[in-house]
Amino acid sequence: MAVASQAQHQSPETIPAIELRGISKAFGPVQANKDISIRVMPGTIHGIIGENGAGKSTLMSILYGFYHADAGEIFINGQRATITDSQAAIRAGIGMVFQHFKLVENFTVLENIILGAEDSGLLRPSLARARRELRQLADEYELDVNPDAVIEEIGVGFQQRVEILKALYRKADILILDEPTGVLTPPEADHLFRILHNLREQGKTIILITHKLREIMEITDTVSVMRRGEMTATVATRDTSPPQLAELMVGRKVLLRVDKKPAKPGRHVLEVENLRVVDAKGVERLKGVSFSLRQGEILGLAGVAGNGQSELLEVLGGTMRATGAVRMNGQPLDLSGRQDARARREVGIGHVPEDRQQAGLILDFAAWENIALGYHHRDTYSKGLLMDQAAMRADTVAKMGRFDVRPPNPLLAAKNFSGGNQQKIVVAREIEARPDLLLIGQPTRGVDIGAIEFIHKQIVALRDQGKAILLVSVELDEILSLSDRIAVMFDGRIMGERVASQSNANELGLLMAGVTGEAA
Amino acid sequence: MTNLSTFLGATALLALGAGAAIADPAVIFDLGGKFDKSFNESAFTGAQRWAEETGGTYAEFELTAEPQREQAIRRFAEQGYNPIIMVGFMSATPLGEIAPDYPDTKFVIVDAVVEQPNVRSVVFNEHEGSYLVGLLAGLASESGTVGFVGGMDIPLIRKFGCGYAQGVKAANADATVIANFTGTTPAAWNDPARGAELALAQIGQGADVVYAAAGATGVGVLQTAADQDIKSIGVDSNQNYLHPGEVLTSMIKRVDNAVYDAMTAGEAVETGVQVMGVANEGVGFALDEFNQDLITPEMKTAVDEAAAQIASGALQVHDYTADESCPALTF
Amino acid sequence: MDKMPRWADILLVPLISLILAAAISALVILAIGENPWNALKIMVTGALGSTYAWGYTLYYATNFIFTGLAVALANHARLFNIGAEGQAAIGGLGVALVALYLPWPHWTLALLGATAAAALFGAAWAAIPAFLQAKRGSHIVITTIMFNFIAAALLNYLLVGPLKPSGTMETATAPFPPSTHLPSFQDMFSTADTPLFRGTPANVTFFVAVLLCVLVWLLIWKTRLGYEIRAFGFSEGAARYAGIGATKIIMVTMLISGGLAGLMAINNTMGEAERLILNAVEGAGFIGIAVALMGRSHPLGVFLAAILFGFLYQGGAELSLWTSIPREMVVVIQALVIMFTGALDNMVRMPLERLFARRTRSTPLAPPGPTLHPPGRMAPPSTPAAE
Repeated sequence: MAVASQAQHQSPETIPAIELRGISKAFGPVQANKDISIRVMPGTIHGIIGENGAGKSTLMSILYGFYHADAGEIFINGQRATITDSQAAIRAGIGMVFQHFKLVENFTVLENIILGAEDSGLLRPSLARARRELRQLADEYELDVNPDAVIEEIGVGFQQRVEILKALYRKADILILDEPTGVLTPPEADHLFRILHNLREQGKTIILITHKLREIMEITDTVSVMRRGEMTATVATRDTSPPQLAELMVGRKVLLRVDKKPAKPGRHVLEVENLRVVDAKGVERLKGVSFSLRQGEILGLAGVAGNGQSELLEVLGGTMRATGAVRMNGQPLDLSGRQDARARREVGIGHVPEDRQQAGLILDFAAWENIALGYHHRDTYSKGLLMDQAAMRADTVAKMGRFDVRPPNPLLAAKNFSGGNQQKIVVAREIEARPDLLLIGQPTRGVDIGAIEFIHKQIVALRDQGKAILLVSVELDEILSLSDRIAVMFDGRIMGERVASQSNANELGLLMAGVTGEAA
Repeated sequence: MTNLSTFLGATALLALGAGAAIADPAVIFDLGGKFDKSFNESAFTGAQRWAEETGGTYAEFELTAEPQREQAIRRFAEQGYNPIIMVGFMSATPLGEIAPDYPDTKFVIVDAVVEQPNVRSVVFNEHEGSYLVGLLAGLASESGTVGFVGGMDIPLIRKFGCGYAQGVKAANADATVIANFTGTTPAAWNDPARGAELALAQIGQGADVVYAAAGATGVGVLQTAADQDIKSIGVDSNQNYLHPGEVLTSMIKRVDNAVYDAMTAGEAVETGVQVMGVANEGVGFALDEFNQDLITPEMKTAVDEAAAQIASGALQVHDYTADESCPALTF
Repeated sequence: MDKMPRWADILLVPLISLILAAAISALVILAIGENPWNALKIMVTGALGSTYAWGYTLYYATNFIFTGLAVALANHARLFNIGAEGQAAIGGLGVALVALYLPWPHWTLALLGATAAAALFGAAWAAIPAFLQAKRGSHIVITTIMFNFIAAALLNYLLVGPLKPSGTMETATAPFPPSTHLPSFQDMFSTADTPLFRGTPANVTFFVAVLLCVLVWLLIWKTRLGYEIRAFGFSEGAARYAGIGATKIIMVTMLISGGLAGLMAINNTMGEAERLILNAVEGAGFIGIAVALMGRSHPLGVFLAAILFGFLYQGGAELSLWTSIPREMVVVIQALVIMFTGALDNMVRMPLERLFARRTRSTPLAPPGPTLHPPGRMAPPSTPAAE
């Protein structure tokens, strides 16, 4: 399957909406794109899948005019096109929705939509026209947003819709979406897919860049796989399967299910009783949460993002105050804020935070400095008054080796590692501290398939050493495959607990929506 | 101004090293700079007058930092400038230390006393001049309340204020004197907006004559007084012309004369302490076509009488800096 | 990967900025009818051409090293200490009290005592804004500015009243006793036959400043506290996650920063004036901001930038002495340098980065890869600087 098999189900006379021929692009010695050819048929959803760094984003940046290809040609609707900048791309009918939205936070939806596409110096007529068109588009594609809402006050799902509307307002016929579900909750992602379906029904062409196999299988018509700058295959989605795509992406067989033995739970490590958190705005985020966790087991906390899981992790990790009682190895923890994250580490709590970029890592620090984060005061890293930097570097090299961090360069700043390798650094640091309890939030968010497999193995290995693990993830698949027990959170409460092996996505999905077993 | 020839001469000397005698005078202005609308500018005026009348040239330096006091004195002395004139009391200590190193150079310091054989110290009896304008203010005031706006709160300015208050009280023993200072940094000398604010505040408290001893800040005081149709008093140079018919008078302090005299005397300048008071017309009040209608004959008589008494020694105006207290005003 | 080699970032960018500033200054000097080449010669000889010149240049540089280090250290915790001016002024008060009211047998002891007092007073002055920031969230920029004014008012009161010897007009304390006089470069380096640094204010404090550059470098990059300060500066969230307390870091950083600023008083008050003069800091606290900015918050950069500003101050003074270029023009030249090296840094950086990016593409040996990270301007220097 390594050779491209052209699976075209269109008739030969159909002209591709986009055709790239022999695109190559190098950054210094790095060949980001190597002789890439691809045909995207009009009115289809075409997935491009590949690991981080496979060259997907570079390819799309060339198409959108951010980079210029060293070689190759672009055809749009059969016409050869020279796309010098994003304005040219927009004129050619291409719209792009970036992973990180390009919106003005304190402008309204309407203002953002006309930004850069005003009819004249006077705003009022542009706004009025935009308002009319927006209503039309919203009806057509299920893209309802309040045009007068301010961007910073609406959720990410809505912000993404604004980005799509921006592209449609500029008369885009071809939409490129770069990792659109990375920031979305499962229901938001479902809504996005409905929108994409509608767009396709209306004849729009969509290119979806992702590394999630499930999304590819769910909504694309055709899928192209990229690996190390090359297009390894283009296949009709219905003719392929997740394991086959994973193999094409990674270049070897990948285990998509976690292989683990039954848990052998020991004594209680963590006991949580009636935990309550009220945030700065006076909103109650945790409304009396109680559970316990034993040695050698993984408790998965499922739930749609924003239902209290983050707060629970922060309270246990020592970065948020709470009321209630928590006992760690039988000893009560101070929840009043007097004990900080350092005190938590001292009692054996390790923490892989949900947001590695904001909390788990200091992006401007080198890898060797990040390896000590949170443990920097320990004697192993000290030499008299100074830090023992040689020891820190040696330790980093060792951990990078064991966790297969690439490149294994301890001097490189954290921001220069790919998402998966960043996460490996955090996971390596926390797991190798051998905590009695590991809090781990979104362990594989934005991480490549190959790295996911590795991180999952490490978590299971830690469990098998008799450590307790509290796993928070919005990926239901991940919760189901890793956990021994699953607790579902909704609106600051635990809605129910299930044994993982006896549960399924449907049952958990209902609990995540706040529907209890008895009511259903 | 140094012209090109002095500049080239100076650079040539820089290359050759010290020794040659130019015997041009040099003037060192204090931190406020030579366009401070106050005593530095007055010194500059005197130097310019000398240059225009004699066709001579002189070197000049405007201080921008404290250590430059010593630097400028030494550099000018080493280049053979003579006499070297500096204005501002803060140069007293550095000059006291440096003067003995250059026994053949004559130094002139304005506003401070340095007891060295080659130094002439020119001090002004600002309290006497201020007494006279205070007397006029007391006589001109109908509300019985007058104001004083100082620049930075330093002893010299208190000396102005104290003399002024004594004059006011001499005219009207029940009068109230409101005293304010503009600020605590050197910016206080160049803050007309703040001067205007303070003048307004004093007017609000009933003042109908305000005396500004605050450098360029005083411009704002005088402007506000004119706008609010009350009387004001200028300082250092004759500022009557700024708002004809609105400026009651100005307390004149002839720094320009002191500089002009020293430059005229040249290397032969007499050393020792020179006190410039009412007696030798070093200080006084201004009377010209712009304010003659404001000074009634009675006022004129009274102020002339007081001036004569001060000159003769019959009237002793208390000098704040003598004992750092003021009988007529609490700061 | 960064867009440019590090040497280009650290040396080439400031150098080109300087040349641009010099070019525009030359045009301005030409416009007022003076010869820019002569002006440059006067500045260079006057500031670097003799021991006399160095005696002044290094004196000013010493002041700027202290305030530059103060601002730089605070920058690492992403605290913008605009209060170095006031902290240095209050540091001077500490020096004056110690020098005037304690008996000192020898200058070495007096230097130690004054160092402690200057640091303590400067730190105390920074402590209140720091506390307000840490506990009440009052913005440190606002509070430190306000404390500059309060310091000025306090010193004005003291130097017009209680601390001024009666009978003098000068707003200054009495001269310090001779046993507290620090050896000047003239005392230290002159021999009987060859007087060096004659009459110049540079003194032993310069070596204190150099020592502090090393200590601050060690503190920032080699100690646990420095690690915590940098971690906090880069990411408050990550610092909290790591158990690094915001209150502690804000307080400790500002105390050290204030102490460093306060230490400037050893140079100007004890070393030069040998008495405390009103307004003795003369803007060095604000120059410290430019110095830290230009030195990219690295002690070595601060040292070099301080020398540059010392050069500008002394060269500017010589320019005023020997030409009719008015002192306002000298300020314009200094401002141009600050503007080009600080505020307009990106103007030079961007084209250079593009240039290097193009070069990188054609030379396969150079490090790979563009990133879309914007150049981290105000950010503290990245880690490899520690190497």
